[in-house]
Amino acid sequence: MSNAMHNKTLTELKAGLAAGDFSSRELTEHFLARIQQHDSELNSFITVTAEQALSQADAADQAIAAGNTGLLTGLPIAHKDIFCTEGVRTSCGSKMLDSFIAPYTATVVEKMAAEGAVMLGKTNMDEFAMGSSNETSYYGPVKNPWDLERVPGGSSGGAAACLGARLAPGATGTDTGGSIRQPAALNNITGLKPTYGRVSRWGMIAFASSLDQAGPMAQSSEDCALMLQAMAGHDHRDSTSLNEKVDDYLGALNNDIRGLTIGIPEEFFPDTLDGAIADNSRDAIRELEKLGAKVVSVSLPSVKLSVPAYYVIAPAEASSNLSRFDGVRFGHRCDDPKDLEDLYKRSRSEGFGDEVKRRILVGAYALSAGYYDAYYRRAQQVRRLIRDDFARAFEKVDVLMGPTAPETAFKLGAKKDDPVSMYMADVFTIGVNLAGLPALSMPTGFINGLPTGTQIIGNYFREGQILNVAHKYQQATDWHKQAPVFGGEQ
Amino acid sequence: MAIDSKVVAQVAHLARLKVDEADSAALSDRLNDILAMVDQLQQADVTDVAPMAHPLDVTQPLREDEVSEPNVRDKALDIAPAAEDGCFLVPRVIE
Repeated sequence: MSNAMHNKTLTELKAGLAAGDFSSRELTEHFLARIQQHDSELNSFITVTAEQALSQADAADQAIAAGNTGLLTGLPIAHKDIFCTEGVRTSCGSKMLDSFIAPYTATVVEKMAAEGAVMLGKTNMDEFAMGSSNETSYYGPVKNPWDLERVPGGSSGGAAACLGARLAPGATGTDTGGSIRQPAALNNITGLKPTYGRVSRWGMIAFASSLDQAGPMAQSSEDCALMLQAMAGHDHRDSTSLNEKVDDYLGALNNDIRGLTIGIPEEFFPDTLDGAIADNSRDAIRELEKLGAKVVSVSLPSVKLSVPAYYVIAPAEASSNLSRFDGVRFGHRCDDPKDLEDLYKRSRSEGFGDEVKRRILVGAYALSAGYYDAYYRRAQQVRRLIRDDFARAFEKVDVLMGPTAPETAFKLGAKKDDPVSMYMADVFTIGVNLAGLPALSMPTGFINGLPTGTQIIGNYFREGQILNVAHKYQQATDWHKQAPVFGGEQ
Repeated sequence: MAIDSKVVAQVAHLARLKVDEADSAALSDRLNDILAMVDQLQQADVTDVAPMAHPLDVTQPLREDEVSEPNVRDKALDIAPAAEDGCFLVPRVIE
């Protein structure tokens, strides 16, 4: 029985715990053993918190025995190493924070712990969440469990790979330009980026503050609903967190989708798109039509400018956010600084990797005197055009759908020295971040043995509807249940 | 406008980054690749379009000016690379 535990969804594990089929300690020990056994190949964790996990599991078992359970009691969860965890190293995938032991805990982690979640450890990621392949991590690249020569996507690559390999049943991620959805697609898992402001950013190390949003990653939409139920909500410590009622995501999962209108943006199926990727998403949409949804064509003409707008706005915000890493208050400090400027410059240059430095430089350039209007102001104007395109589409449709990523997992190293080609990995996901909308990626089949994903974009605060549509799809198909043959067992 | 080694040096100074001369040419090339892609923004007609900083156009919340957070000075100094007598230590600034 225990061999099958790692293939179960969070929802199934929750039922198993309630029925007494296994204890949280047994479950936690099982996943810790799998991490121990397999993660040397994958490199999906930066830090494993075994001792803490087992003590949380024992507390969960006592809570279950006492009938005092929360949404996630006893369920093992992996947190992206971007979330501060008091007393545990929080590296953000960077040498800069290699020795940083967070002095406080992020709201997301705190809320999930309050609902009884057990933290298995901290997952690998692109440095400061800047990347689409998990190759910019100071801790080395993560491998894709479907093909160890390929990337898992990024920046939440460790989260997606550990879920794909069934080393954890649930994981948190963050998504600034596609960092939950693109790796979800590449590892055959489900991941949701909520509406901007739906989940607190407090204690989540900032990359681009007007775009960053945390969300759930798991095997199924139902599991994402369960996790989001615990993660979402207003937080007075995050001034951009929105004081909107949290919907009943679990309760909405089985809503009837007959009559639902799906918009297909023609810009998500350009002539240049790989035909197999396009067919794959069209098949997924057809499946929903069979369940009673209607399909209409829509156009989002400005969305083609998402990638250029993003690569002004995100680096500009990053150059400001990352100025806090100065070698004075926390993080890496160079040896024997000769003066304050030397301390700043060498600490930062030693602590940051190449991609982070490039983005800081692009941001500083775009914000510098003489270029502000041509770059930053214009990018923010285009951002409004993009948002308005989506708003017009949502007057006619309930959700928008298309491929999550323009290709399946690529080979390690394939785009490492070509930033612009790497940036195109997020061509279908970035517009959603600029507009602040919620979107989910779900598994929709395979091309040459590699997973693909299809994206469902909803209107503001319609996470419940997106999860509902994905859940209906997952009840009618079994793509999301496929796991890689990994480590010689299944 | 194209970025050359001189611009890289200026911007690196603004961002308090040190760029080795050996890397400067390759870095300029990469930054120019990025800016060439970003230049697609010039295609857009943005006449009378207000810049957008927040997707939901919300305003900054205000609160009462009351102490709400505990004093965490020692916790903060514990993780500093160098601290003494309740202060962060930096190289001498005033001779």
